[in-house]
Amino acid sequence: MLRFLTRRTIGAAVILLIIAAVTFFLFFAVPADPARLACGKICPPETLAQARHNLGLDQPIFVQFVEWLAGVFVGRDYDGLGHCPAPCLGYSFVNHAPVFDTIVDRMPVTISLTLGSAIIFLLFGVSTGVVAALNQGKALDKIASVSSLIGASVQIYFVGTLAMYFLVFQWDVIERPRYVPFTDNPLQWAYGLLLPWIVLAIIFTANYTRMTRSTMVEQLGEDYVRTARAKGMPARTVITRFALRGTLTPIVTIFGIDVGTLIGGAIITETTFSLQGIGRLSIQAVVNSDLPMLMATVLLAAAAIVVFNVIVDALYAVIDPRVRLS
Amino acid sequence: MTFPSPATTATATDADDSVTGVAEPAPAIVGRSPGQLMWRRFRRDKTGVISAVIVLFFVLVALAAPLISALYGKDPDTTYGLDNPGLLNDYGNPVLPNGGMSSDFWFGIEPSLGRDVFMQLVYGIRTSLSIALAATVATTVIGIVVGIVAGYAGGRTDYFIGRTIDVLLSFPSTLFIIAFMPVVENLLVKPDEETPTWLRAAALIIFLTVFGWAGLARLLRGNVLSLREREFVEAARVTGASPTRIIFKELLPNLWTPILIQSTLLLPALVTSEAALSFLGVGMIEPVPDWGRMFLRGTEVYQTDITYLMFPGIALLIFVVAFNLLGDSVRDAFDPKIRR
Repeated sequence: MLRFLTRRTIGAAVILLIIAAVTFFLFFAVPADPARLACGKICPPETLAQARHNLGLDQPIFVQFVEWLAGVFVGRDYDGLGHCPAPCLGYSFVNHAPVFDTIVDRMPVTISLTLGSAIIFLLFGVSTGVVAALNQGKALDKIASVSSLIGASVQIYFVGTLAMYFLVFQWDVIERPRYVPFTDNPLQWAYGLLLPWIVLAIIFTANYTRMTRSTMVEQLGEDYVRTARAKGMPARTVITRFALRGTLTPIVTIFGIDVGTLIGGAIITETTFSLQGIGRLSIQAVVNSDLPMLMATVLLAAAAIVVFNVIVDALYAVIDPRVRLS
Repeated sequence: MTFPSPATTATATDADDSVTGVAEPAPAIVGRSPGQLMWRRFRRDKTGVISAVIVLFFVLVALAAPLISALYGKDPDTTYGLDNPGLLNDYGNPVLPNGGMSSDFWFGIEPSLGRDVFMQLVYGIRTSLSIALAATVATTVIGIVVGIVAGYAGGRTDYFIGRTIDVLLSFPSTLFIIAFMPVVENLLVKPDEETPTWLRAAALIIFLTVFGWAGLARLLRGNVLSLREREFVEAARVTGASPTRIIFKELLPNLWTPILIQSTLLLPALVTSEAALSFLGVGMIEPVPDWGRMFLRGTEVYQTDITYLMFPGIALLIFVVAFNLLGDSVRDAFDPKIRR
């Protein structure tokens, strides 16, 4: 296990390094004047000069990248702007603050959004999938498959906006979504994010229902499930301890991908509900053309995906002892 | 070749095909190609046929947009609401209820600019479908080439391609496209000029392709790896067939099934990706009519005019549902062993 984790961590680090290098090169070597892009749409001459000087644009691109990379591990000094402590992902000339501070500031919103909806869509998706599989061909199964088909085909910016219009503005069922830190008031935190959670869950549940149903149907036909039944085990035990366990592997796979993608920034959801998370941050960085911030958000999103991939692979062995990590 | 021999094909069809008996005088043994078999199975699948008709309807709407415009008597660019007083009120909202729907403006008029929503949607579908279709074709071609090369060549080539795919699949593609679009504009367009429409469309197609091919390539590579070791490929190699012949005559015919299934799933995914990018403001921009851009406008005005959002929203929902059902039916028709 340890050897596997070390190997995969190194592999993940290599992938991240490649992504960092590629993004850095594309963002800083391709444009004619990266300093202007990094400085923002409204750029006073002195800030432009600062940006040009501090990005080290007079040096070869490789040296620039190494300096940026070194900054991530040991911090970096910016002339006239002060020290940016490690992990220094760059300095935003638009916000006049190190990029990392802003990200840390926005991260809780995205994590809360992901966490809440992930719990809902995982529980709801798996249970509807199990129910559908147990009632194969019956009305419940058909309802589940039709609703998951629609759920999988609908767009967040459509349902989300409809939900806002009807639930918030027309019928006053719920307040406008907003973020209250969990530590301030857990109830307000949950209430403020309830609508985005539900809308995200509508979109994602469908996948889990379909996946759980098809794998469960397969599992119910397996010999070991029949054996368990034949020896007189209660149906509940057969389903939860035997059949469900076998369906976990594909579910964990897509769950890892979904959570990784969401943590990296639920761009569309955050835009639809005007939540100030990482996704909104990256869009604002594009609008303000804040290159260092953009670079950091791209890397963060990539890191989230890569890290969750490793976690998922390690979990396979826990779920299914037959899997050998190599 | 792994096509079933004519004899087995015929018995297989005779067994489950009673319709043919009517047309033929005697139950003669007829050989059918896998393509014909697939078509027969597909035709019998009601859901599949209905969804295919719906998808075709959308394609027709996209193709015939100028014709529809001529028959309907309006175009997507004219600001009817601004030109004719009495259609929009002082706040720029349609005077008539339900977004100004009337016999003149079937789907209502756009708030503030006063363009015809029906025409916007028809031309928007045309823009979005063209971009998605171009990206699907490019993605599929690159996916096929790279997948076959990786699987067939093996060794170092395979390793290198495999790692490239790993990196691409870990890339946050939406975010990267959003981020990189301004860089492309900065590079190719002078600061005081507008970005031309064709450049935006081309950039969208290229970006969607760059991040799209990896999945298909990985899938096909796996298929080629297992096909490569099969007897018929070995036999071809022993008889001295060139790699070109092996790839085109032996491998490719066996890959059409996964390729077709994947591309039917890919197209709706790319339509929604394109729509999402336009919704986020990095896809097509004013004044080009675009499906996704209608959502952007719709979310700006939804508090006063929800009708404007409903038409593109419901149209996209119908389109994606139909395409997903079609994808399932195509898979069933190609691969009757998989029963869902």
